[in-house]
Amino acid sequence: MKRWWLTLLCAVIALPSWADNGAAEKRMLDIAGELRCLVCQNESIAASRADLAVDLRQQIREQIQVGKSDAEIRAYMVDRYGDFVLYRTPLKATTLLLWFGPMLLLAFGLLVLATTLRRRKSSVADALLSDDERKRAQALLAQTTDNGT
Amino acid sequence: MIAELGHFSLILTLFVALAQGCLALAGAARDNAVWIAFARPAARAQFLLIIFSFATLGWSFIVKDFSVAYVAQNSNSQLPLLYRIAAVWGGHEGSLLLWLLMQTGWAYAVSVFSKQLPDVMVARVLGVLGLVTAGFLLFVLLTSNPFERLVPAPIEGMDLNPLLQDIGLIFHPPLLYMGYVGFSVAFAFAIAALLAGQLDSTWARWSRPWATAAWLFLTLGIALGSWWAYYELGWGGWWFWDPVENSSFIPWLVGTALIHSLAVTEKRASFKNWTVLLAISTFSLSLLGAFLVRSGVLTSVHAFATDPRRGVFILMLFAVVVGSSLFLFALRAPKVGMGGRFELISRESLLLVNNVLLAVAAGAVILGTLYPLFIDALGLGKLSVGPPYFNAVFIPLMVPALLLMAVGPVANWKSAKISALMKHLHVPAVVALVVGVGAPFLLGRWSALVALGLALATWIATAVVKGIVDRMRATRTGLRAQPRSWLGMHLAHLGIAVFVAGVTLVMGYETEQDVRMTPGSTVSTGGYDLKFLGVNKAQGPNYVADIGDIELSRDGRVLRLLHPEKRSYISSEMPMTEAAIDANGLRHVYVALGEPLADSAWSVRVYYKPFVDWIWIGCILMALGGLLAISDRRYRLKRRERKAALVAAGATA
Repeated sequence: MKRWWLTLLCAVIALPSWADNGAAEKRMLDIAGELRCLVCQNESIAASRADLAVDLRQQIREQIQVGKSDAEIRAYMVDRYGDFVLYRTPLKATTLLLWFGPMLLLAFGLLVLATTLRRRKSSVADALLSDDERKRAQALLAQTTDNGT
Repeated sequence: MIAELGHFSLILTLFVALAQGCLALAGAARDNAVWIAFARPAARAQFLLIIFSFATLGWSFIVKDFSVAYVAQNSNSQLPLLYRIAAVWGGHEGSLLLWLLMQTGWAYAVSVFSKQLPDVMVARVLGVLGLVTAGFLLFVLLTSNPFERLVPAPIEGMDLNPLLQDIGLIFHPPLLYMGYVGFSVAFAFAIAALLAGQLDSTWARWSRPWATAAWLFLTLGIALGSWWAYYELGWGGWWFWDPVENSSFIPWLVGTALIHSLAVTEKRASFKNWTVLLAISTFSLSLLGAFLVRSGVLTSVHAFATDPRRGVFILMLFAVVVGSSLFLFALRAPKVGMGGRFELISRESLLLVNNVLLAVAAGAVILGTLYPLFIDALGLGKLSVGPPYFNAVFIPLMVPALLLMAVGPVANWKSAKISALMKHLHVPAVVALVVGVGAPFLLGRWSALVALGLALATWIATAVVKGIVDRMRATRTGLRAQPRSWLGMHLAHLGIAVFVAGVTLVMGYETEQDVRMTPGSTVSTGGYDLKFLGVNKAQGPNYVADIGDIELSRDGRVLRLLHPEKRSYISSEMPMTEAAIDANGLRHVYVALGEPLADSAWSVRVYYKPFVDWIWIGCILMALGGLLAISDRRYRLKRRERKAALVAAGATA
């Protein structure tokens, strides 16, 4: 197994396209960075050193060379491995809650905040200190300077 | 025999913890002074017993007693002594023992540093902590006993996971657990206050330093974990939104909300219910994190050995903790007063918005982490939720939080005037705009995200500096005369600014190359040249390494040799990379060896990472800010004043 991909790798290295073509290499890494290495424990294909990842990086290189678009390359990977391979979770019926959940949470949080603030305003009495307490507080304030924290 | 003593000591601790939990809480409820007095010595006894257990396990590792199953699974006769000691917490069972050590250690600290608190309150706090400890002890004793024997004993152990054989293992888990477990103290204070029906500013003042202490440990633990992954995994990433990373980040987000909310409760007696809820959530989410990591529902580089029984037990513990505390909360919350009045524009409101943003961010991270599990459980297929998702939802939530960060500290309590805010903030605003728009040009490539990130970082940093300078001028005092909690806040905010700048610059300008190198060939990155000289074999204590020689130079001047390594451990198939990094505080040149190729060539990964250090420097500043805050005089003053008052009372009596 190891030998097989080493040979493949060497064959590829002989191609001039790899090291010389910085832009294509960057494109490959961008695509591979958002694909999951399926045999690894949560690593991207760009990051992993597993045989499968090396192999898939090579496939992406080849597909870039024959002029496929990023979307086509991703579609190819999904065809082979399913949605699981995509770190950028696709938006579809089962992931609606995932993508819009944070927005709903924020709306809910702000709504609760707004109602709480309004309720407070109407219910909290202005004078929280009794006259006696106020006098004591003033006496204390006169003694010490407020540091404002 | 030694291991059995450790096991026995654990069982003994369980009884002490149960007795303490029941007696102290009952004593506090019925005002029984004898039972209340039991809390402190019991907490100390638990700590000593766990230290003993911990030491026996450590001893078993040191003397290589492979008849203890856990030792046999996690060490090897070739493993260096330092790692044999760190291996005590290198696996599931032992890391739980570390958890218990921290848990009882925090309780011990409460028993020592609580002289200014009423004894009834201390009894309640320690009682709750005792029950939590008992829960974890049951977990260890029933499902994860580190002292189990292997019969017959193997001659050789299986060795510690090579990924863990690193200096990171010695510090990362202890710091992280100090944080996780530390939030149990804030939790216990909240429950104690609910039990007593005494939710007031005094309660907030008491629990504030504890929450901040836990937060600062968690900050350091997460930062260290990120740094460790950065140089150990060999692909130059510092955060991957891995489920296990997330499960430590979620309590951090909620804990950050908690320390801000506690500030309001202490100063203005407002948000009391919300603060209690946050204290309960922070600890519950730490438990959830523990469940996720240890139940085997996750695939991750960190996941521990799986056993469904363990998952079920933690889930039960989680349910008991959350259920009982929320039940108590529901009983008591309606009776809690609202606290002081404040206007729509005031420090209170701003902190509330900050809390909403942090809580929503935590919610989003929880959603992203758990979503694939639910989809899988419902049979709707397998999904991955990765960095693209988290970046897309997390960054927009943090932008307003970062904007507010400069506003909050200059806003007045109760009611703030827009004009006054403008007076404080127009300088930071102008500086931020200039730096945000201008700096990316100087750095070579303009992009909106870099501009935004740098503007935010500058906005916060300038506001911090201006805030401190203004205050020193107004009070005509030096830096050291300022209250430490106030300085601590500013230092932590400055840490955030440094962190944001680091993240922005590294994401905007890092470069990455995966190249084939033969001896003599060169590659250049960020103005530096790297010349590959070759690879030599070397023998380590329990591994064989390929060590690369790479010459780093700039404009023809040789700076140093870099030695990235690739190690094959005897115990593991998977080779380990040890990246070589040249750091100067402003950038990293990061080199990792890939695979050997034909003709003594190697594939080599070369990264140029500008300002990546700032990410961790920022975290360290945040933690130092926390440290400064808890060292504030007013937490100690109380005690002295009380003592003076007691002496005075004694004199008159």
